[in-house]
Amino acid sequence: MARPKPEPVQVIKQRRDAALRALAEGVPYIQFLGITFDRRGDELTAVLPFDDKLIGNPFLPAIHGGVTAAFLEVTAIISLSWSMLWQDFETGALDVTQLEAGDLPRLPKTIDFTVDYLRSGLPRDAYARASIARSGRRYASVNVLAWQDNRARPFAQANAHFLMPQ
Amino acid sequence: MPDKTQIARQFIKAIPHARELGMEITKILDGEAEITMQYDPRLVGDPKTGVLHGGAVSALMDTCGGAAVMSHPDAPAGTATIDLRIEYMRAATPGQALVARATCHQITRNVAFVRAVALDDDTSRPVATATGAFTVEQA
Repeated sequence: MARPKPEPVQVIKQRRDAALRALAEGVPYIQFLGITFDRRGDELTAVLPFDDKLIGNPFLPAIHGGVTAAFLEVTAIISLSWSMLWQDFETGALDVTQLEAGDLPRLPKTIDFTVDYLRSGLPRDAYARASIARSGRRYASVNVLAWQDNRARPFAQANAHFLMPQ
Repeated sequence: MPDKTQIARQFIKAIPHARELGMEITKILDGEAEITMQYDPRLVGDPKTGVLHGGAVSALMDTCGGAAVMSHPDAPAGTATIDLRIEYMRAATPGQALVARATCHQITRNVAFVRAVALDDDTSRPVATATGAFTVEQA
């Protein structure tokens, strides 16, 4: 039996980028913080561009601890949802045009979230990546690491548990 | 002389992100702080239901924890969060203000320990609880 012809690369890219946009851009709070996502294949990197409104300590100045926590939590939820939905929109089981119209599937809910502040967040762009330690039928455990100029010197990390949509 | 609450109110207004989220200190005394954050559509995490994003709750808890540490009688000159753990018990009711209450229940030369709770109008069922450790900066 002949293997089906692979889809043109731009069709794949368009579909994946549209799915990611729908996931992230539909959430007001993600827009409020100005977080965007870089995609390479299925790997996501969250980007938090620096803005004065994110400052928590005006004397240093440093990014607000709450912003750091929120950034890590957004990264964890979007990355987990992304991995949860990947199979569905790759096989076509999930219609991306429906996603784009704002019809988002139910997303994981945070059960608990632990942030570890390693260094103060400097007034510049920040990046974060999540790794999914376990994604089960009911619960998921996710680790997130955030850094600024230097990937080897993270400024915060987090561990979170989620209740998967039933 | 302006009282402590007055100073704390000024202090929170000097934090750009706290101001941006409309946080207001409603009580502060001897290691206990209460901060109110009005409902704001910009902070929504689920556009379908209008429920606030967990990150906004984290920002409120972190600020309130820091305020509790700063108001402790052994007043440190400054503080920063070492770690913060938040448990989300339920979604905050859309349209209602969120109130965080934090207690700095223990303070040593280097570390301050905090417990906090976030409530909406139904105060019998907390939205979230938190525990945290904060640094104690000497003057």
